[in-house]
Amino acid sequence: MFLFERDTWQEVYDSLSKNKLRSALTMVGVWWGILLLIGLLGSAKGLENSFNRLFGDFATNSVFVWAQSTSKPFKGFQEGRQVSLTVGDAKKIEENVEGIEFVIPRNVNSALVVHDFLSGNFSVNGDYPILDQVQKKKMIQGRFINQTDIDQNRKVVVISEEIYKQLFEKDADMIGKYIQLNGMNFMVVGMFETGNANMGPTSDMHIPFTTFQQIYNMGDEIRWMMITGKPEYDISQIESDAKLILRNLNSIHPDDSRAFGSFNLGKEFAKITGFLTAMQFLTWFVGIATLIAGVFAIGNILLITVKERTKEIGVRRALGATPYEIKRQIVVEAVFITLMAGLLGIITGGWILIALDNAFGQGTEAVIVNASVPITVVFIALLILVVLGTLIGLIPAFKATSIKPIDALREE
Amino acid sequence: MLKINKLHKSYPIGDSSLHVLKGIDLSVEDGEMVAIMGSSGSGKSTLLNIIGMLDEADEGEYILDGVPIKNLTEKKAAIYRNKFLGFIFQSFNLINYKNAVENVALPLYYQGLKRKERIEKAMFHLEKVGLSNWATHLPNELSGGQKQRVAIARALAANPKLLLADEPTGALDTTTSYEIMDFIQSLNDEGKTILMVTHEEDIANMCKRIVRLKDGVIMEDVFVNQVRASANV
Repeated sequence: MFLFERDTWQEVYDSLSKNKLRSALTMVGVWWGILLLIGLLGSAKGLENSFNRLFGDFATNSVFVWAQSTSKPFKGFQEGRQVSLTVGDAKKIEENVEGIEFVIPRNVNSALVVHDFLSGNFSVNGDYPILDQVQKKKMIQGRFINQTDIDQNRKVVVISEEIYKQLFEKDADMIGKYIQLNGMNFMVVGMFETGNANMGPTSDMHIPFTTFQQIYNMGDEIRWMMITGKPEYDISQIESDAKLILRNLNSIHPDDSRAFGSFNLGKEFAKITGFLTAMQFLTWFVGIATLIAGVFAIGNILLITVKERTKEIGVRRALGATPYEIKRQIVVEAVFITLMAGLLGIITGGWILIALDNAFGQGTEAVIVNASVPITVVFIALLILVVLGTLIGLIPAFKATSIKPIDALREE
Repeated sequence: MLKINKLHKSYPIGDSSLHVLKGIDLSVEDGEMVAIMGSSGSGKSTLLNIIGMLDEADEGEYILDGVPIKNLTEKKAAIYRNKFLGFIFQSFNLINYKNAVENVALPLYYQGLKRKERIEKAMFHLEKVGLSNWATHLPNELSGGQKQRVAIARALAANPKLLLADEPTGALDTTTSYEIMDFIQSLNDEGKTILMVTHEEDIANMCKRIVRLKDGVIMEDVFVNQVRASANV
């Protein structure tokens, strides 16, 4: 097999290294193409990762529902009636809507919070432990609300790092310390990392759901609920099913779309995912188009090279080189040069991704997270390069042997 | 060694065609040293190219070492060229990015010899032309005479039956020309058959036979008393 013979590569090495500028120029096209492909794919992946991280703590297949006032009279009720959701509504939805994972009733109110001489107004959430599964809290210290807190209506509170910074002296202990919520003492049991403010309602502090009910005299009433669907179910369907049940339970006109407000996170997420997919498609398109342009540039320069080397090729043929041997040599050169340029492109592309990561990929607010390209993609790109290199090499190869050796020798 | 019968060749020039060879009959025996002479346009180079299988005749017969050369595929022609023929050109035609020994080894590469063997043989032939000390030099570091000697070594490398030289001294000064001719004569003395195209009388007289071409036909074909080049150096 000629590919494994030293001579073949010696010939390639000789003809490329003795014509350094030409070789370098030839490589630039493909190098640039693969650099772009890797750079773009990596950046797109980085953006996707950063979105995923943003949504990562969130069950994305979810919808938030809250009550508003009716816009249509129904069953003797006038329009404009204030509707309220109850824990019972939440239960009914969980039992009757297909594809539900969790229904989490939530309460929220604002409170004046005091610790020693520091105070502030924050929103206080009444929550079940299950919230932690849907909206992951990254605990820095202590724990989230647990079932015992719920059962015993404990006066405990879990606060965000942001609140800790506002209510406590720097580096002060807070686990087991008490803070005042509207004049009542609550024991701090945990502190979590402040979530991204862009992502849905922020939760500054959480107290047990049952405790919330008691201190605000909520009864069974809830402010809103989070409904999470199983991954394989369509969240829009779940949303409309849930609202239908809610209208039934609360004697609301079936066409009254104003009675309940909702925010469909799943839909918003799908939009972003769609955008990311489109971007990735664009990336591939641009990258591969550039790559093909690069390969054509190689073909073009090899064609010029062949023209330049007409006489040499004539001499070689006079010395007994068969047309096949000449073609083979040119194709091997083309493939080799494409492959080298491709590898260089991959390496420099990797450097660019590293540079991007250093510039934009650090910290929690990073725009590009772990910008990278899967190794399979790299190999596929290389494979495509080899195939294209062979094909494009065939053009100058046939050109080289289409000239009669006598004409080639006459060339000055 | 070679036999040519009624060879015709014409080249198309625009709408008309130029009849370059008009029925050449020539036969060369082993060990001969033949000069083909003629003014430019006489068809001497065309004849040499046809003998060298670089070009093909339109009509007529050409038998080289008992093998009829006709309707060759490019591949076959390449193999025959490699096996039977050694070329020496006026402009040397060395590959400028390969050093002397690599240039000499090139025909052996196309014979499929292993690198070590190639270099060994190439060094042997370089030695023979007296340039073994210049083996690793690139062509542009050599003088004209040295280049032609490398080219001769290359032509000899594949141990061809027939050496074809196209104005081998055309690019050299007189002294160097005679040196090269002296060397070519010594090759002939060893039994190599040599065919050379030249338009210089003194060079032609260093061969053993002179074939004069004019307008595509052989005007004269005489055996001459060989002038030894060494006598003129």
